[in-house]
Amino acid sequence: MTLGERRNLIKGLVFVSPWILGFLAFNLYPLIASIWFSLCDYSVLSEPVFLGAQNYVDLWHDPVFWKALRNTIIFAVVAIPLSTFLSIGLAVLLNQPIAGQGIYRTIFFLPSLVPAISLAILWQWMLNGPMGLVNNLIRPFLNIINAVTGSHLQAPDWLNDPNFALWGLILTGLWGTGQAVVIYLAGLQEVPEELYEAAELDGTNAWQRFLHITLPMLSPVIFFNVLMSIIGALQTFAVPYILTGGGDGPGRSLLFLATYIYQNAFDYWNMGYASALALCLFVLIIGLSLVTVHYGEKKVHYSDR
Amino acid sequence: MNPTRSSVPWFSRVALILLGVLFLLPFFWMVSTSLKPLNETMKLPPQWLPSSPQWHNYPDAMQAMGPFWLYARNSLLLAFLNVVGTVFSSAFVAYGFSRLDWRGRDGCFFVLLATMMIPFPVVMVPIYGLFRALGWIGTFQPLWVPAFLAGAFNVFLLRQFFLSIPRDLSEAARIDGCSEFRIFWQIILPLAKPALLTVALFQFMATWNDFLGPLIFLARENQYTLALGLQALQGTISGTPWHHLMAASTLVLLPVLVLFFLTQRTFIRGIATTGLK
Repeated sequence: MTLGERRNLIKGLVFVSPWILGFLAFNLYPLIASIWFSLCDYSVLSEPVFLGAQNYVDLWHDPVFWKALRNTIIFAVVAIPLSTFLSIGLAVLLNQPIAGQGIYRTIFFLPSLVPAISLAILWQWMLNGPMGLVNNLIRPFLNIINAVTGSHLQAPDWLNDPNFALWGLILTGLWGTGQAVVIYLAGLQEVPEELYEAAELDGTNAWQRFLHITLPMLSPVIFFNVLMSIIGALQTFAVPYILTGGGDGPGRSLLFLATYIYQNAFDYWNMGYASALALCLFVLIIGLSLVTVHYGEKKVHYSDR
Repeated sequence: MNPTRSSVPWFSRVALILLGVLFLLPFFWMVSTSLKPLNETMKLPPQWLPSSPQWHNYPDAMQAMGPFWLYARNSLLLAFLNVVGTVFSSAFVAYGFSRLDWRGRDGCFFVLLATMMIPFPVVMVPIYGLFRALGWIGTFQPLWVPAFLAGAFNVFLLRQFFLSIPRDLSEAARIDGCSEFRIFWQIILPLAKPALLTVALFQFMATWNDFLGPLIFLARENQYTLALGLQALQGTISGTPWHHLMAASTLVLLPVLVLFFLTQRTFIRGIATTGLK
């Protein structure tokens, strides 16, 4: 290394030193410590005692863990495609020469600004069984269906029904999907107009143009958004926690891995077990992200690379 | 717009109006409920508007939360410290990742990007232990000191921006004998104001909205943020005074909305670029 190179290296390291400190303290150390704690009986109040793989054995036989894992995966697998379809749909609708485009964009974006605490309390009220607005909007439709088919469909008591609580959460999440709409809309506006004009001259219809121009051109943005949504969905905690009044829902239907980590760590002071859970969550995130990257790489179309 | 695409089909318009109304309804319901007397919140079928708006629900809800202004002060203080810490530390680090060439830079940057895959719940147990060892549990420090150590996402955003500033600018200053810190402080930072404002806004929202952090690190009620104070209101009172809960939820949301409308342009542009860069 020449003198100049060394000076540059020192300069660079000085500038990135805050991040290096943060990385060591809040990323690297916690990951390594988690591995150690997960092999221990640890309550924070006393020193960790080595247990071996006991926490992982317990975890394997813990039906609550499997429930949390299942809920987390179902939530991600259902909510992410739904919100992706919805936000692309909204962005495509908005990307037309329509009066009040800016106002609509603001309307769709606003819910994503609502703090988790306000969002969850509002939706607890929206999803209230007898008095909630959601059911009062649904009931007229159910009445029509019941009258026509002679069925006896009833509006669900969303958050008190183990079969519907997760759907209530998904609905809440769909309302807050606005950030993605803004990102997709910006992506759509980057698509060169000539592509559409040329395709139109070739006699394609709107759906074909969407499928063969819009989607490929938008694919890098979709890929990025889906990846971020996966990381977001798998760590979901605050909204279901508040929706259930600080619990995990009827029949633990709103228990997620993050919730179970929280419960073990801060309700039961079982930090060793919580660390084992945290590592499972980490592996799940890495795994699902890698799967996405693997399939994404093949499908994503980069126009200028 | 070219003429062949300027005709918007009628079903697009109808769909937009319908969806727009659906997206606004929860807001309407929140405010409408917050202005009803308690008995009107429970009417079946529901009453769309209060017969006469009960503005006193707002002061009543604040009273019910206990020291509302203390919570508001705590939230604001934390938001302020986090914004200052994140903006300066992230800009400083982003400078090192964009305007300087040094061995190992790209490798380090890759590690930084990878850390975005580690969500807080994964690492919160050892971090809690760390803060406990420092004697910081039950103080504000865990909620603002880390902000001074740069956030990966913000570094990424600012780096992209710094890269778009011509290199010659720094070279010229270096030839004039300017120190690296002065180039950062006096040349790059002023040019990066829009990006810094975006980061500041995002961080304000993130801190104001944070729930899990205050939940695990704070202990005493007089340190609560608005989010924790509101959750306590939800939990302690018997019956369900939805009018008060909706009033308090509106109050917590209000500063965020005001800030958004004041800075809408910067905000929307910031969000839009995060997905495209």
